[in-house]
Amino acid sequence: MSQASLVDIAQVFGALSLVSIGGANAALPEIRRQVVEVHGWMTDPGFADAFAISHAVPGPNIIMVSLIGWQVAGLAGLLVATAAIVLPSCTLAFIVSRILGRWSDHPGVALVKAGLVPVALGLILASGVAMMRVAAHGTLTLAIGLATAGFVVASRRNPLWALAAGSGVMAMWGR
Amino acid sequence: MQDRVVTKAELFLGFLKIGMLGFGGIAPWARHIIIEERRWLTEREFAAILGIGQVLPGPNTMNAAVIIGDRFQGLAGAVLCVLGQLLVPLTIVTALGAAYLHFADVPAVRAVVVGAAAGAAGLVMGTAVKMTRNIRPAPLSLLVAAAVFVKVGILEWPLVPVVAVLVPLSIGAAALDRRA
Repeated sequence: MSQASLVDIAQVFGALSLVSIGGANAALPEIRRQVVEVHGWMTDPGFADAFAISHAVPGPNIIMVSLIGWQVAGLAGLLVATAAIVLPSCTLAFIVSRILGRWSDHPGVALVKAGLVPVALGLILASGVAMMRVAAHGTLTLAIGLATAGFVVASRRNPLWALAAGSGVMAMWGR
Repeated sequence: MQDRVVTKAELFLGFLKIGMLGFGGIAPWARHIIIEERRWLTEREFAAILGIGQVLPGPNTMNAAVIIGDRFQGLAGAVLCVLGQLLVPLTIVTALGAAYLHFADVPAVRAVVVGAAAGAAGLVMGTAVKMTRNIRPAPLSLLVAAAVFVKVGILEWPLVPVVAVLVPLSIGAAALDRRA
C-alpha cells in the first residue's frame, strides 16, 4: 500500500462523481479498479474490508469513498475524497433542481418526472436484490433479509427494529 | 401541491437523523422520515425526486437531498441537507474502521455485521415494494418498472444503457397512461 497524494485522490474521485450514475454500488467496479489496480493505494482484501464496514454502518453508501480516503491519506484524505465525490454531482443536481423549478409549470417537465417514477422503483428493487446477492451467505441470512422486507411492507414502525432483530438472531445462531 | 414550510433547522435535523439511521443506504430511511414521520412530501413527489437523483450521476440520495433542500430553503437548504446526511456517518465509519481492524476475527462481530447487511438488503427491497404499492403506477408504467428491475437486478445488465433506453420509453408510457 502506497501513500496517496491528495491531488490524485481529488482527481480520481472527482471524475468518478460525474460518471457514477446509480451511486456508489453501481460505480463499485470502477472504484475498485482505480484504487487497487491503477493507483495501488489498497490491496484487494483491504478494499473488501472497506466495503463491508461502510455497508454495516448507517449513512449513504458513498462514505465508502471517505473511508478509503481516510485509510490512504488520513484526515486530509477523508476530507478531500468526500468533497471530490460529493461536490461535482451535487453541483449538477443543484443546477438541475433550479431548471426543474423554473419550468415546473411546463407539461413536459411533469411528464418527465412522471416517467422517472417507475424507473426509480425498478432501480431501488434491483439494488436491494444486488445487495442481497452479496449479503446472503445461506438460509438464515436469506430469511433475515426476506423477513426484514416483509416487516417494512407490512408496518409503518421504524425499520430499525427489524434490523436489530436480524443482527441479534445472527449473534445468537449465526456464528 | 401546496408546499408546506420546512425550516433550515428542520431540514438539517431531519437529514441528520436520516444519516444516523441510514443502515444499508439512505433511500429507505429518507422515505421513512420524509413521508411517514414528517410528511414533507407526498409518496409520488418523493419518488419523482429520487428518480431525478437516480438518473443524475453521483449518489442518488445525495442528489435528492440537494433537490429537497433547494426546494424548501434554496442553496443553504441544499448544503444543510448534504452536510446533515454526512456528519454522523463519517464520524462512525472512521471510528469503526479503526476498531474493526482489531475485532474482525471475533465471530460475534462478523455475525452481527453479516446480519445487518442481510437486513439492509431486505430493507431496500421492502421499501421498493411499499413505494410501488402506495403509488399504484398505471399499467404501462408498472411494466417499465418491472423491465428496469429485471434488466438491472436479475440479468445484471450495465446500468447506463438500460437507463438511457428505458427513461424515454417510460416518459412515453407516462404520456399514454395519462391519455388513457
